[in-house]
Amino acid sequence: MDNSEPATRNPYFMSQLPGGGTVKLKAKDFASDQDVRWCPGCGDYSILKQVQSVLAELEADKDNTVFISGIGCSSRFPYYMNTYGMHSIHGRAPAVATGLKLANPELDVWIITGDGDGFSIGGNHMIHALRRNLDVNILLFNNQIYGLTKGQYSPTSEVNKKTKSTPFGSLDHPINPLALAMGADATYIARSMDRDPKHLKQMLKRSHAHKGTALLEIYQNCNIFNDGAFFTFTEKASKPETTLYLEHGQPLIFGPEKNKGIRLDGFKPTVVDLTEGTYTQDDLWIHDEHDQMKGQMLTRFFDDPRTTEDYLPRPFGVIYAEERPCYDDLLFKQLKAAKEQVGEGDLDAMIAGGTTWEIN
Amino acid sequence: MSKTTQIKEEVTIKFAGDSGDGMQLTGTLFTNDTALTGSDLATFPDFPAEIRAPQGTLAGVSGFQLHFGSKKIFTPGDEFDVLVAMNAAALKANLGRIKKNGTIIANTDGFDKKNLRLSKYPDGEHPLENDSLDGYEVYQMPITKMTRECLKDSGLGTKEQDRGKNMFVLGFLYWRYNRSLDSTIQYLEGKFSKKPKILEANLKVLKAGYHYGETTETFTTKYKVKAAPMEKGTYRSIMGNQALVMGLVTASKKAGLPLFYGSYPITPASDVLHGLAAYKNFGVKTFQAEDEIAAVAAAVGASYGGNLAITGTSGPGLALKGEAIGLAMILEIPMVIVNVQRGGPSTGLPTKTEQSDLLQAMYGRNGESPLPIIAPNSPADCFEVAIEACRLTLQHMTPVVLLSDGYIANGAEPWKFPKAADIPEIEVNFVPARDGNEAEPFLPYKRDERHVRGWAIPGTKGLAHRIGGLEKEANTGNVSYDPANHEYMTKIRQAKVDAIADYIPAQEISIGPDEGEVLVLGWGSTYGVIQAITHELLAEGHSVAHAHIRYLNPFPKNLEAVLISYNKVIIPEINNGQLCKLIRDKYMIEVIPYNKIQGVPISNAELKHFVKGILEQAAVPV
Ligand SMILES: Cc1ncc(C[n+]2csc(CCOP(=O)(O)OP(=O)(O)O)c2C)c(N)n1
Ligand code: SF4
Ligand SMILES: [Mg+2]
Repeated sequence: MDNSEPATRNPYFMSQLPGGGTVKLKAKDFASDQDVRWCPGCGDYSILKQVQSVLAELEADKDNTVFISGIGCSSRFPYYMNTYGMHSIHGRAPAVATGLKLANPELDVWIITGDGDGFSIGGNHMIHALRRNLDVNILLFNNQIYGLTKGQYSPTSEVNKKTKSTPFGSLDHPINPLALAMGADATYIARSMDRDPKHLKQMLKRSHAHKGTALLEIYQNCNIFNDGAFFTFTEKASKPETTLYLEHGQPLIFGPEKNKGIRLDGFKPTVVDLTEGTYTQDDLWIHDEHDQMKGQMLTRFFDDPRTTEDYLPRPFGVIYAEERPCYDDLLFKQLKAAKEQVGEGDLDAMIAGGTTWEIN
Repeated sequence: MSKTTQIKEEVTIKFAGDSGDGMQLTGTLFTNDTALTGSDLATFPDFPAEIRAPQGTLAGVSGFQLHFGSKKIFTPGDEFDVLVAMNAAALKANLGRIKKNGTIIANTDGFDKKNLRLSKYPDGEHPLENDSLDGYEVYQMPITKMTRECLKDSGLGTKEQDRGKNMFVLGFLYWRYNRSLDSTIQYLEGKFSKKPKILEANLKVLKAGYHYGETTETFTTKYKVKAAPMEKGTYRSIMGNQALVMGLVTASKKAGLPLFYGSYPITPASDVLHGLAAYKNFGVKTFQAEDEIAAVAAAVGASYGGNLAITGTSGPGLALKGEAIGLAMILEIPMVIVNVQRGGPSTGLPTKTEQSDLLQAMYGRNGESPLPIIAPNSPADCFEVAIEACRLTLQHMTPVVLLSDGYIANGAEPWKFPKAADIPEIEVNFVPARDGNEAEPFLPYKRDERHVRGWAIPGTKGLAHRIGGLEKEANTGNVSYDPANHEYMTKIRQAKVDAIADYIPAQEISIGPDEGEVLVLGWGSTYGVIQAITHELLAEGHSVAHAHIRYLNPFPKNLEAVLISYNKVIIPEINNGQLCKLIRDKYMIEVIPYNKIQGVPISNAELKHFVKGILEQAAVPV
């Protein structure tokens, strides 16, 4: 990639160091020296821990890794990482990260955002980041509440949520973040949860491996202002009935005894009982990460099992992934092409322009 | 009848017509040719807010004013010697500003019943047929008809034929001012090289206009304006936004940093985006963001990543960028914020000029958030000021606001341009990599004697650290809520900006005595008019001087001493007195405002009248 023009004078980019080798780091090496200040029991701790351990496993270079966040409890994240990081302003992390990635496409850039940060004040930037498809990772900490400002309902809160700002219940219909992302032509969307560290780690690695903007929604418990918002999906008793773990090429199966499946009845996904004898695994919807239509449908598996009788289970895993050229690559290609077409920029020629005259 | 040639010292022409009539192009081409003759000049395009306002109406009139002469020309001129009126609305909108005995060239085909009605002439009134234009020299020319006649065999449709009528006018004026058609022929050949039919038509009409002047008996006199006494050298014609673009690209090369420009289209700043986007071969990265907030936030990211980051906009966009500029300010990273001002508040007067964002630039952010502010005074000056803004931002690690305006952005003047080699390099020092064996830990907010911190960019070995919008502990940059630390950091950020005064030139007097009765103090686009009237008043024997401030924050260190060297300080501004407020606040000096808030530049006559009034007051003995 041609990032060298005009030549940067910083001789200290990693890539330019002789040898360029790095020491193998452990998860704790990715922890900064700052005290973590989330409430005890907050789901953010689990996410932090998994990210640190994934970076160690990926043998990431901490001097080449950057976390950019907005504002919110979740957005304090960069302070706790012993990498480069910026805690920016509310909702704007995707835009800041875009500029950073375009300045130096070699960097491994992670965006940390919350449901309010990413889908309320920063909704516009989220949409445009997704469609541009820069090669960055977005971790959405969805706790369905504004944590930092002490518990107002958020755009992902369910209707009729009673909070300090909505004592009689919230009126607005919630955003479905992944469905919105599909609407913005995201090239990668996935979902995981704070309380399933193994799956979370797996998803972090998959998201990181995706070339393009990878949006990973993480259900995160805010035990202070919205405790248990996702318990129906995360706790042992209900989880098997309410969650659907997706695997590419595998049929959609769930249930305590793997006894249920999803079958497409025309265009209508329906839950079928695999023990009854009518349907077998061969009748089920086979997950194809690259199928955009089906990806759209999976984002619409959005019932609340607590209030819906014939609900569809909530999917976790990689819902959709496609390869599409990245904005950062395209930009650098365009710079290179421009140079090839019209030649390296010449200041004197630019300044003189087309027509000049002499005064003697 | 033989034709005579008269020598003129200066001429002001206004080209006016429907926004679809091509008056901007006509004016620009005539200007370019004028520049080639060596005359000095200044221009002022004046277009409606709507791209294609209803045809034939007063709201749809688009104008281009050119003032040129064989002497130094400071402004586009208050009144015109010649008005080209392509229709009735163009005449009506401009009639008030034609000089006594001035010339009107009217396209009679633009004065039919419909045109008269649309331009709101009362029923039965025809300005070309009654005595309303007595006292002017009126040339009535059926320009549309003659153009159609000329192109009847061209194979073009009427609509396309009519597009050529501005070439007829241009050809005629070339005859009238003793010019050759060469520069325009060259331009047309380049522009329509792939459309030979259109090229041929344009050339034909252009020549027809010229010959019309030559052969028609009514036109007995041609005029000539000689070259102006200008400094020796190579010149080109330059517009403000163009100069700004080239200044930014030059700064990027001189600093050895890739240029990143984040922007969202807005009049009159869009041409900066357009201009930079064309320089991809210089490694310029332009990013058209989803809004101004994203544009500035991306610039913050690019700066963090080590690029020369610029974001450009006009007033409403600056309002949106406020929070992110505050972030860049507290992060202490370099970034230039270009604001090409227009009439405000809110959407205001998008296509009109104003200087009303000075206080927004100064104070328009939450918290204690001082920023350096710098302003060009003319189209060509944008080049130098853009480079200077980049130098300040890179060397003092603070965002810098550059305040241009619509008048400068779209105005043109001859420019004796520099050689790239003569422009100094801009030194940039990134914090070097570390291997962990250093005696001292890395302190991201450690400062040098100018209170400037180092620029440590991601990707540098051994410098991993976190920054953000929360208040930082001195030196370490760690989050700190300590009360005393916050006060210290607030004061040191202010001190860093104040210290820039040690690295900028002293305030100069542009013209006039070093002390005396009246100082006319200006900033930005009022330079030309203040220069012009000060020259005249000096010639008339008055004690008056002109100083023009480029560095609006911090002010040059000697500014106070300059101000108190005069009994009175007059500050003309195209706003309600914003520099006045800053000067009074800083120096507790009484100043006399002269404010015009009509979306147009201050005219020579009105300012001269005002300043003269003050001078004469002073002359009355008490
Ligand atoms: C411009 C601006 N408006 C409002 C705020 C106040 N604020 C800070 S965080 C936040 C909501 C955060 O919610 P979310 O993104 O869901 O993060 P969480 O705290 O839940 O992790 C708000 C409204 C702010 N910091 N800046
Ligand atoms: S308020 Fe909620 S989200 Fe914020 S730190 Fe506490 S538990 Fe976590
Ligand atoms: Mg939240």
